Amino acid sequence: MLGDFVETRDVVRIFGKKSEAVRALDGVSVTIKEGEIFGLLGPNGAGKTTLIKILTTLLLPTSGEAYVGGFSVVKEADKVRKIINLVSGGETPGYGILTVSENLWFFSQLYGLTTSVAKEKIKRLAADLDFEKYANTRMAKLSTGYKQRMSLARGLLNDPKILFLDEPTLGLDVLTAKRLRTYVIDWAKRQRKGTVLLTTHYMAEADEMCDRVAIISNGRILACDTPQKLKDELRETPIAKIEVASVQDDYGFVEKIKGVVGFSETRNIQTGVTSLKVMVRDMKVISQIETKLNEQKLKVLSANETEPTLEDVYIKLVGKGFAEVEEKTDA
Amino acid sequence: MLERLLLSLRVVYARLWVRIKGSNRELEWVIAEMLIPMLTLSTYIYLYRMLRAPPQFAGFVMIGGTMLAFWSNVLWNMSAQFYWEKETGTLEVYFVAPISRMAILAGMALGGIVNTTLRAVAVLVLGIVVFQVPIAMHEPLTALLVFFLTIIALYALGMMFASLFMLYGREAWHTANLLQEPVTFLSGTYFPASQLPQMVQLFASLIPLTFGLDGIRKVVILGQGIGDVWLNIVALVIFILVLLPLAKFALSYMENMGKKEGRLTLRWQ
Repeated sequence: MLGDFVETRDVVRIFGKKSEAVRALDGVSVTIKEGEIFGLLGPNGAGKTTLIKILTTLLLPTSGEAYVGGFSVVKEADKVRKIINLVSGGETPGYGILTVSENLWFFSQLYGLTTSVAKEKIKRLAADLDFEKYANTRMAKLSTGYKQRMSLARGLLNDPKILFLDEPTLGLDVLTAKRLRTYVIDWAKRQRKGTVLLTTHYMAEADEMCDRVAIISNGRILACDTPQKLKDELRETPIAKIEVASVQDDYGFVEKIKGVVGFSETRNIQTGVTSLKVMVRDMKVISQIETKLNEQKLKVLSANETEPTLEDVYIKLVGKGFAEVEEKTDA
Repeated sequence: MLERLLLSLRVVYARLWVRIKGSNRELEWVIAEMLIPMLTLSTYIYLYRMLRAPPQFAGFVMIGGTMLAFWSNVLWNMSAQFYWEKETGTLEVYFVAPISRMAILAGMALGGIVNTTLRAVAVLVLGIVVFQVPIAMHEPLTALLVFFLTIIALYALGMMFASLFMLYGREAWHTANLLQEPVTFLSGTYFPASQLPQMVQLFASLIPLTFGLDGIRKVVILGQGIGDVWLNIVALVIFILVLLPLAKFALSYMENMGKKEGRLTLRWQ
């Protein structure tokens, strides 16, 4: 039994054979305390889901050790399964032809709940997560948001000691996502020692929900601390958001300007505006960037210093934003 | 131990309930599943009548059509189920839960047996009432014994296939396609397998359905007794004793391999 509720030691996971091997996790060591909401933040392909699959006994590590609730995920998988549950975003396990209540009753049976206890629990969860009116609707007829509410309810049926949430708000509208986030935070508090491991690539989600966040990229943990402390480390590095009225130009030259520490860009095709997030050694560099943009005949709409976010922490660590890293991975 | 057993029974019942509830909720589905075997049965009965075959041939077809309903259920609804459940994420939920995977398979099998029995009864009623198929059954208990042994052996085979489908996805789908017609042919679904060349009969003896069909036909249509079908019974018991542990082993082996190779929850393979 180890001190922390979740502990991984130098976990490596390699997919594929020798010549095509992909190192999805490269020596990941993290600890999560009981009662903590812990976030794994990283772009697509960073290794977040791989780590969650190892911790939920769905995947074996190539090397290293992982423990949940003091049990080895490899040698004591059955004991681990009794205290966990997993909710993945963007998918709805269950049977479309059955109603929401019927599906939830079925899943409750996988944890040995008596029918009366299960029904009571389903009723309460349906009220808490606001899907009571759809309890007798076939699952196939639900909207994405309500399907995800049902999935979250499923994940809570067995009162897990640790809930694994893999991109739980993927594809949801802002309001539903907010509601689910708030519910999870409340649930963890109500359970007293309810632990949550959340993977996300939404910065605001990690910031809002997590007691601590680990930033992961290319299978490695780059930093791990409270969101505030991670952001505080950027106090010495000014960050500016520059909006340019063009979505077609190549802004690669910005990151080559001396004094630029990190750079990311977001193009909004609908508004025709590109937002450049630039991290610089000092604010003087911003005016140099503006000059360069003007030389390229690019219209600068605004340039303001901004407060650091978790994305900025990532940019500082990797030199690029999530979008750029994902683009590179896809290519 | 008792706790684990109770949990397994709960899982078996729940999965059985899902199968029965789901399959009978859509009327079109129920009608199609009953109508198609009935049409096939009618086709063969008219064909045999046109060829002036002995009336027992209609009985052979009726029993064949009944058992074919079970074989199709084993192949498409039992074996393929894990494939679909993987695609929807339901398989992931099963593997994260502290349950026996065999309990899930047993629930699926029992649900499939209950559902298909209803459809199979429709084929029997059509044969006996509409086509006046001659029945010469003297030992109904022997008929039931052979029937249940055949069903257990078939679903044990289905349980084994389920683990293959779970990991191999689309490739296993092709395998099921490949198995559908050859098994129907080799087991003698629409004619007695004894008409096949001896070498072919040897292959046919590797399929539990062959022994089951032959045994049930002997007892129900030809009026034979337990003394005439003991070999069928022994063969079916051997199939069960081999296939059930093999299914458990295959499932555990495939799960481990899936976890090693990362294919257990990999979609759209």
